[in-house]
Amino acid sequence: MKAFAALYRELDASTSSLAKQAALQRYLRVVPPQDAAWAVYFLAGGKPRQLVPTKLLRTLAQEAAGLPEWLFDESYEAVGDLAETIALLLPPPTQWHERGLAEWVEQQLLPLRKAPPEQVAAALRLQWQQLAPDERFVYFKLITGGFRVGVSRLQVTQALAAVGGIDAKSVAQRLMGYTHLGGQPTADDYAALIAPEHAGEQARETSGQPYPFFLAHPFNLALEAFDAALGPPADWLVEWKWDGIRAQLVKRAGQVWLWSRGEELVTDRYPELAAMGAMLPDGTVLDGEIVVWRDGRVQPFAELQKRIGRKTLGTKLLRELPVVLLAYDLLEWQARDLRAQPQVERRALLDALLADAPHPSLVASPVLVADHWEDFARQRESARAMGVEGMMLKQRGAQYGVGRTKDVGTWWKWKIAPLSIDAVLIYAQRGHGRRASLYSDYTFAVWDGAPGEPERKLVPFAKAYSGLTDAEMARVDAVIRKTTVESFGPVRSVRPTLVFELGFEGIARSPRHKSGIAVRFPRMLRWREDKTIADADTLQTLAALLPG
Amino acid sequence: MVMPAPSTPDAASRPGDLVVARPEGLYCPPGDFYIDPWRPVERAVITHAHSDHARVGHRHYLAHTDSAGTLRTRLGAEINLQTLAYGEALDHHGVRVSLHPAGHVLGSAQVRLELGGRVWVASGDYKTEADGTCAPFEPVRCDAFITESTFGLPIYRWPTQAALCAEIDAWWRSNAETGRASVLFCYAFGKAQRILHGVDASIGPLIVHGAVEPLNAVYRTAGVALPPTLHASDPRVDAQLLRRALVLAPPSAQGTPWMKRFGDCADAFASGWMQLRGTRRRRGVDRGFVMSDHADWPGLQSAIRGTGAERVLVTHGSVAVLVRWLSEQGLDAQAFKTEYGDEDVADKAAEGVVSETSP
Repeated sequence: MKAFAALYRELDASTSSLAKQAALQRYLRVVPPQDAAWAVYFLAGGKPRQLVPTKLLRTLAQEAAGLPEWLFDESYEAVGDLAETIALLLPPPTQWHERGLAEWVEQQLLPLRKAPPEQVAAALRLQWQQLAPDERFVYFKLITGGFRVGVSRLQVTQALAAVGGIDAKSVAQRLMGYTHLGGQPTADDYAALIAPEHAGEQARETSGQPYPFFLAHPFNLALEAFDAALGPPADWLVEWKWDGIRAQLVKRAGQVWLWSRGEELVTDRYPELAAMGAMLPDGTVLDGEIVVWRDGRVQPFAELQKRIGRKTLGTKLLRELPVVLLAYDLLEWQARDLRAQPQVERRALLDALLADAPHPSLVASPVLVADHWEDFARQRESARAMGVEGMMLKQRGAQYGVGRTKDVGTWWKWKIAPLSIDAVLIYAQRGHGRRASLYSDYTFAVWDGAPGEPERKLVPFAKAYSGLTDAEMARVDAVIRKTTVESFGPVRSVRPTLVFELGFEGIARSPRHKSGIAVRFPRMLRWREDKTIADADTLQTLAALLPG
Repeated sequence: MVMPAPSTPDAASRPGDLVVARPEGLYCPPGDFYIDPWRPVERAVITHAHSDHARVGHRHYLAHTDSAGTLRTRLGAEINLQTLAYGEALDHHGVRVSLHPAGHVLGSAQVRLELGGRVWVASGDYKTEADGTCAPFEPVRCDAFITESTFGLPIYRWPTQAALCAEIDAWWRSNAETGRASVLFCYAFGKAQRILHGVDASIGPLIVHGAVEPLNAVYRTAGVALPPTLHASDPRVDAQLLRRALVLAPPSAQGTPWMKRFGDCADAFASGWMQLRGTRRRRGVDRGFVMSDHADWPGLQSAIRGTGAERVLVTHGSVAVLVRWLSEQGLDAQAFKTEYGDEDVADKAAEGVVSETSP
């Protein structure tokens, strides 16, 4: 635990990726394999299920710190992170321990999940008496399920590859599924991650393992530059960019697995896709997008979200919000890994498969055709009306790479410009983590009447917290403090003075919002210091952006 | 600070109060003078020479002897300044005025006022742990105590001076071993001298920014032991020397062309705000050292208790939090509105945590 806490500190403090890589390798080389197994699990994004209810943890920590609830809350607000707050407030440790990470996780932390509250309380008190302050921070992060540190999965993959002396692509493949929710990696699992490569090492026929996803890069050039940058359109396979959930459907040994890009196994969430997968021959892996599909067209992401949140899927919900897999790639066919095949050949095999095994829940993502980039640009103008985010440009000869790479071929995402509107900041809330103590999360409003209309009011319609530079945020923070009208816990209402241009990707009607409208991915495009609040847009201008 | 509870009572002055809040600053009615006023007044008692407490434009200044050099440098040599040693008293309109160590920076003082057997103490800024560069904080018995609250939350607990210096030494040593200069951003007045006084000067040369050296001179004149320092533009400072050097610079130097001379260096920031991971990360340096010249939460509690005061008036920082906490402890606590940066943001900006320019 001490070594892992020290590694965390080092990774957290450093801004250099070289230094982080060195720290990771150093750590993996010296710790026992069972500790490395858990470290990789956490660093690569694995999370145990929540071990202790937050409320209970807060109560116990507050008691141990000897503080009234309001003062604990004030502290939490200033820190912006529960684990850190508790670590800072507890009295210094009184004991000492020598246990490693695996022992802590397996024998101390995981048993907390099913224990009755009194037992949890006793165990926690005993545990934190033994932990030094920087260990405590990591410990509480693990307990609250909020463990995150500034290393990417790719960096972890590279460190493992270096330690094992093997190819990073093999490690990426082996890591698939390693971090699934509730996983319990062992020393053997870790050894398998860094073991020497052997031929046909994946027992592919029976495993549910997906392939590492190949990711696209943003493409924002002006149309005139396309020919020079990309060559002729004939070199590219062009498709719509769908706004859904990226997923791989794996069918092997009579079983179906559906993996989201976050490496979550989501088979149970989409029974219609599981049923479709069961019809596919063994040794098939499809790559595509899960979307809600009605009347022969894709529905807004908001519709899909209604399914994501549900614990149980009733027949009514399944009927009203049917999903399909919009397939655009075939990664495995007849138990053969196709990823080294050129894009067009994989696509041809995919089309053949779709023709042979038609199923209402399996839809081909159409290939778009044009002779000139100008024609594509014209087609792309209908993207918003179609409910898509833009176009994907895939090199015809591209292999299916690992992650966001360009070494074996490239995928570009050519997104449409966001919708935008000028809105007024009316509430502010303190941020978390890096922005703790700064008012960085804002609620925005538009007018409910045209300029000049008496008694028109500001109606909140979106929250946004990204898009400003640190310097801008500090200035906005200062204005918020000066114009505060009221405070409700961590939220402040302000006298409206600030206008921002908000960008968003999609817009839909929503009875759940006060404004009657919900926007997707709202963010601040810029601070309109040149505008007064009277210049901000209205609900009418917002409604005019609604599709259809 | 946001208060979930009813709003903080502002100190409504009571008959016979020795200090009241006025738009110009904290005011002593029977003595007809101000303490650290932020608007020009006839007579000002200055607790210490930091710019938010010592401002220009007063007709008469009274401060501790050790503040004289800094005050004259910062406010002008011609200011009308009278000085007192710690414990020395003068009488003004019947109010007995004396200064007592506040442990904040060189020359920092608590102001003790006595009239007709009643004693009030205005503490300015203070720190309870001794650091060897200024007279350590002394609790002064009083009926009413005016306290700051910059770090008035229980999350703020400082490491000891020894532990802090050991951390800085270890960081410096490991950088020196890999041939990289260690640039440590800190306040030029107070913190820089504490660091110089506390680190192990045998690790390598000590180099300071132009803003730091004049203050070193003030400290040395006052008899504070500081190891030899080199000005960054000294011709003796070459690449070879820099590889093992500890460089002290004010926060404003971060990201400026001045930094170029250090090449690939490690950087760090020394401030009480570095206690929080969020501010540490926002600062964008390799390391954050938790170091403040203000009292931490336990320091505030012990200082307040040590005065025996039943009435406590809270100024700049976490005012609402400290007032409520002290009230719950049975003290008669109230807020005093001041312009020493009564919001946490102002102090953070002053400490350089909120970056003024985009990185």
